[in-house]
Amino acid sequence: MALRQCAIYGKGGIGKSTTTQNLVSALAELGNKVMIVGCDPKADSTRLILHAKAQTTIMSLAAEAGSVEDLELEDVLKVGYGGIKCVESGGPEPGVGCAGRGVITAINFLEEEGAYDDELDFVFYDVLGDVVCGGFAMPIRENKAQEIYIVCSGEMMAMYAANNIAKGIVKYANSGSVRLAGLICNSRNTAREDELISALAAKIGTTMIHFVPRDNVVQRAEIRRMTVIEYEPTAKQADEYRQLAMKIRDNRNFIIPTPITMDELEELMMEFGILEQEDESVIGKTAAEEATA
Amino acid sequence: MAALTREETEALIQEVLEIYPEQAKKDRAKHLAVNDQSLEKSNKCITSNRKSLPGVMTIRGCAYAGSKGVVWGPIKDMIHISHGPVGCGQYSRAGRRNYYVGTTGVNTFGTMNFTSDFTEKDIVFGGDKKLAKIITEIEGLFPLHKGISIQSECPIGLIGDDIEAVAKKGNKEINKPVVPVRCEGFRGVSQSLGHHIANDAIRDWVLGNRDGDDSFPTTPYDVAVIGDYNIGGDAWASRTLLEEMGLRVVAQWSGDGTIAEIENTPKVKLNLIHCYRSMNYIARHMEEKYKIPWIEYNFFGPTKIAESLRRIASHFDDTIKEGAERVIKRYEAEYEAVIAKYKPRLEGKRVMLYIGGLRPRHVIGAYEDLGMEVVGTGYEFGHNDDYDRTIKEMGNATLLYDDVTGYEFEEFVKKVQPDLVGSGVKEKYIFQKMGVPFRQMHSWDYSGPYHGYDGFAIFARDMDMTINNPCWKQVKAPWKTDASSEAVKVAA
Repeated sequence: MALRQCAIYGKGGIGKSTTTQNLVSALAELGNKVMIVGCDPKADSTRLILHAKAQTTIMSLAAEAGSVEDLELEDVLKVGYGGIKCVESGGPEPGVGCAGRGVITAINFLEEEGAYDDELDFVFYDVLGDVVCGGFAMPIRENKAQEIYIVCSGEMMAMYAANNIAKGIVKYANSGSVRLAGLICNSRNTAREDELISALAAKIGTTMIHFVPRDNVVQRAEIRRMTVIEYEPTAKQADEYRQLAMKIRDNRNFIIPTPITMDELEELMMEFGILEQEDESVIGKTAAEEATA
Repeated sequence: MAALTREETEALIQEVLEIYPEQAKKDRAKHLAVNDQSLEKSNKCITSNRKSLPGVMTIRGCAYAGSKGVVWGPIKDMIHISHGPVGCGQYSRAGRRNYYVGTTGVNTFGTMNFTSDFTEKDIVFGGDKKLAKIITEIEGLFPLHKGISIQSECPIGLIGDDIEAVAKKGNKEINKPVVPVRCEGFRGVSQSLGHHIANDAIRDWVLGNRDGDDSFPTTPYDVAVIGDYNIGGDAWASRTLLEEMGLRVVAQWSGDGTIAEIENTPKVKLNLIHCYRSMNYIARHMEEKYKIPWIEYNFFGPTKIAESLRRIASHFDDTIKEGAERVIKRYEAEYEAVIAKYKPRLEGKRVMLYIGGLRPRHVIGAYEDLGMEVVGTGYEFGHNDDYDRTIKEMGNATLLYDDVTGYEFEEFVKKVQPDLVGSGVKEKYIFQKMGVPFRQMHSWDYSGPYHGYDGFAIFARDMDMTINNPCWKQVKAPWKTDASSEAVKVAA
């Protein structure tokens, strides 16, 4: 099987890293060789696989050694649960330097050092919340990730973010082979969430590939720095991740998305009762003004 | 070749523009003009200080070049850190021939390259800590330096380093001025914005350092020379004239200058501006804040020198006015001898210029003193106030070209056929290969000074040895010359 490279995007805090690691563990359990590349200065994309607080990152090792050229692949590549290879790009603390450049440097290093070997079946890039600059778009440029999965929920801002990410994908899809492969709904238990995300997916030309219900076992596993797959393989939630993994394994529905306008998105949300019909008479009115009115 | 008429020059511009695509043609047309002395304002005929077109060859530099290379670099007792990757500092090091007196590496640092040598990790993690360390190390290794400037290269502006905070902390630590300059190369359309940014940094971080400190004794004859970068010793050849007429030159900005001179400048009576383009900002600021008047002057060629000396003297009492006359008289025999020697060899020769700063207009008078005519001129990074000042200096129907492209310049020279082209090093070999005598007018082709009476003698000699160099007669292969040519006659 040819190497498939997938990138996971989605609003900050939506559960990208947790979903990715559980999904990847399930893929490994199915016998796949997988690598995770964390593209976030927080470096929390591999902790559940490695049972570690945070993996030592490519950029911090490079800073220590003097330059990236001084590093060897084995310095940065750790192997965890299920033989999953783990790498974190790393980057600066908040407010200094250029985290985007860190992602570019790290991925270039992995390519040059031959981290993408023939034995791998999947590479997953776990990318920081928003595509804020070119650096965080690195995983979806030419010859990198070709399938994008967007993690979202039925909350308004998560859907805004998903639609925005779809816009970013269009830009790179027109010049390369990157495609949207589906929405992963990581449930927040909002009303009619699965229908809503399915409707959104349909509007932007894709599908909701799986609905991951909310389950506290995920948190219990996280406290132990483990995935559900490893912590409690018999849990119902583990089966959910296995289903997600199988769906992704068998997925062939790769499309150039058709992101919708703000108005269309708001209409959709109103239809599902997330957004109320706008009352234009209250715009710009302070609480005091409303009280006297 | 006879001078072109207005119609012919206009036709030439149209012909040169013909090759461009529609949009480029429309844009470039605004930057090319036929001079008309009757115009008061240049914006009636020419547009300047606009972004260069992609795809054309432009001679322009960047904001870092304007700040580090032009304004700050020559301040000799400061250390100027090229903050960013190594290339910007290294490939511009010591290239401008800003002469200075001092022991390099001990109390002066002009030709050295100090850089923070950014690598990937500095980009990713930010360079502030490294910068702070460099400041500490400079203080240890070069204790006689008088201050540090931080010249930002492009990445500094992209990664959001807080060099101002590092500078403030460094200033407290070493108790000497540490000046952050936000002259990232991508800012603005040319080096011109870099000059402005550099002027503003001097204004904000240096100029007021001695406000309220009266320990520096002043005289009624104190002046500052502003915008002379002492290329090949220009400022020295200028300073002597001012001193001979009785003035005291308190500061040289910034050729062979020191930070102390800059700090003392707010105490002078008059600011003398040579390069208006790169330093008019600070002169205007001092006029506003310290009520110091400023005037522009021109020390190229005896006619302009005499005019300038008299104009400068008019701001002072009779002793200075007499001093100016005395100086002009004293050098008269000298410059008359220069003219007597070279004018017969240069009379009627036509020149095309394309340079930066003040030179596209300031050197015209020196050529005219030698009987030569400037038939085309243009600015790399001028603004319209530069062209305002140029219209009257140039003859009617001569060519003006702003941010000229490589193609346009070559075509103009082919059609106008000047006897000399004066421009930069990138143009030099192109025109020489075309068989056109050429002087590199940024660094005086490794010669100079050209300012003052001393400089005029060197200027005249250099122009003569370039134009009348026998090599130009050898450019054409003997078998390609026609029977009537000089070479064949000599051989026969």
